[in-house]
Amino acid sequence: MMGPVLRATLMKAVIVLLCFGMVAPIVIVAIASFSGDGYLKFPPESFSSQWYARFLGDQRWRDAILNSVVIGLMTSVFSTLLGFLAAYALVRAELPWRRALMSLLLTPVIVPHVVTAVAMYFLSARMGLVGVRPWIAVAHSVVAMPVVLIILQSALRTVDPALERAAMVFGCTRWGVFRRVVVPLALPGVVSAALFSFLTSFDELVISLFLAGVRAETLPVRIWNSLLLEVEPTIAAVSTLLILVTMLALGADALLRRMRGEGGALPGK
Amino acid sequence: MPLSRLTAWLLLAPTLLLLVLVFLVPIGWFIGGSLAELGTLSEIWEEADAVLFSGAVGGAILNTNWIAALVTLLVLLIGYPMSYALSRAKGLVFTAILLCIVLPYFTSTIVRTYAWMVLLGRNGLINQILLGIGLINEPLQLMYNRTGVIIGMTYVLLPYMVLTLYAAMKAVDQRLLQAAEGMGASPATVFLKVFMPLTLHGVIAGVLITFILALGFFVTPALMGGPGDIMIAMLIEREVELTYNWPTAALMTIVLLTVTLILYAFYARISDQGEARR
Repeated sequence: MMGPVLRATLMKAVIVLLCFGMVAPIVIVAIASFSGDGYLKFPPESFSSQWYARFLGDQRWRDAILNSVVIGLMTSVFSTLLGFLAAYALVRAELPWRRALMSLLLTPVIVPHVVTAVAMYFLSARMGLVGVRPWIAVAHSVVAMPVVLIILQSALRTVDPALERAAMVFGCTRWGVFRRVVVPLALPGVVSAALFSFLTSFDELVISLFLAGVRAETLPVRIWNSLLLEVEPTIAAVSTLLILVTMLALGADALLRRMRGEGGALPGK
Repeated sequence: MPLSRLTAWLLLAPTLLLLVLVFLVPIGWFIGGSLAELGTLSEIWEEADAVLFSGAVGGAILNTNWIAALVTLLVLLIGYPMSYALSRAKGLVFTAILLCIVLPYFTSTIVRTYAWMVLLGRNGLINQILLGIGLINEPLQLMYNRTGVIIGMTYVLLPYMVLTLYAAMKAVDQRLLQAAEGMGASPATVFLKVFMPLTLHGVIAGVLITFILALGFFVTPALMGGPGDIMIAMLIEREVELTYNWPTAALMTIVLLTVTLILYAFYARISDQGEARR
């Protein structure tokens, strides 16, 4: 039998190894993207920004960045706005079948994205909506909504209803309470929701693949199209950009939580 | 201030409308409209019989279940110790472990898949290391086959399992473990008789969510798999993108959707029970 000390050490080693295995692929791609060699080699023999030059020098990649950012921003604004109203209702009202309603609202996460994408494509192709950026943002809002609702519900639960009552006692209208009390108090949660819905859209591939056509290709769609041909080093540079955006969003969210004085817990997706 | 029912429904209306018009109606319309092309009910039934029991689709269904089951098992085996460590860790260690799970979790699936394609290629890091230490004499084929699919999917799905298990493990009352210890139970007994039963609902929920997501997986198997690793979601995509065969795609969608929703119903029940226990 192993001694308890040995067992604890072994357990720690396993955990360190597993954690390393989780981040290593991402870190390796980021490092390899600065390779100066002719193909993706790790560790690189020399460093350069050649793959970034090739990535940013290509008009189609630049278009893809623009499409991704525009669609991401529209998704973020649209889903956060709608989600805020819904979350407020879910937190403050006694609704019948609340659990069933929540399960329904969360189904876009569960239904395979291929099914959602094919069904949306079936509709969009008939209505001439393929390649229309605002429509892609609406479609992305469907899959971003569950994240938004979870974040905003937990943010709104921390808003004390007594404050709302107090404001009304002093003559504030319902709308005034909403605007002057609820929104400001829940603001960090709103920003979080906006960040994560942007990220959901920015990273989404399958729905964009069907709805983007040639006009509205996003970054993940361009990555997909070029990966089907070969494992090209330029993709490492593109991937690093996406990883950077993810890290910035997570960092901003952590900062917001610190400002609110919450622990480092993350929103469940 | 409690809201009136009417106000609540008015506030919920835009979101529900979005969900109905852009999600539920398209799915219903796609399935209904595509099947209507086939003709009468008996003709649909005949076609379903022919499509779903054909070699290609049958093979894909078998592949899908087998790959999803294997990936779920691996994810559970790797995820359990990780979530355990996370639930016990404090301060900086907690943040470090959490970051290692959350960063991949929020990174695009296609980026994570690409990362493993770089690692597993013929000249990739894994082959270089194995060749370097002399374990193998020529590069292993780690990608464009089942191995690649399993590794890629396990990596992509692991965070879902860890976060689900973590929630269950965090909710365990530490005093129960201390009480068992105090009454002379060995660490193994405490783990098997107290900790495991208390986190079982988390394990079931984690297994269900991983299996559900694996069943509908598309990006990773399409990029990392070989000709023998066609999964049902890839077949649906191909029917639509390559052959515009909507009815066949609709029939396969019904199968995938039915299984997914049944498992989701179980999942919802179990996570409700888990919540009620807290």
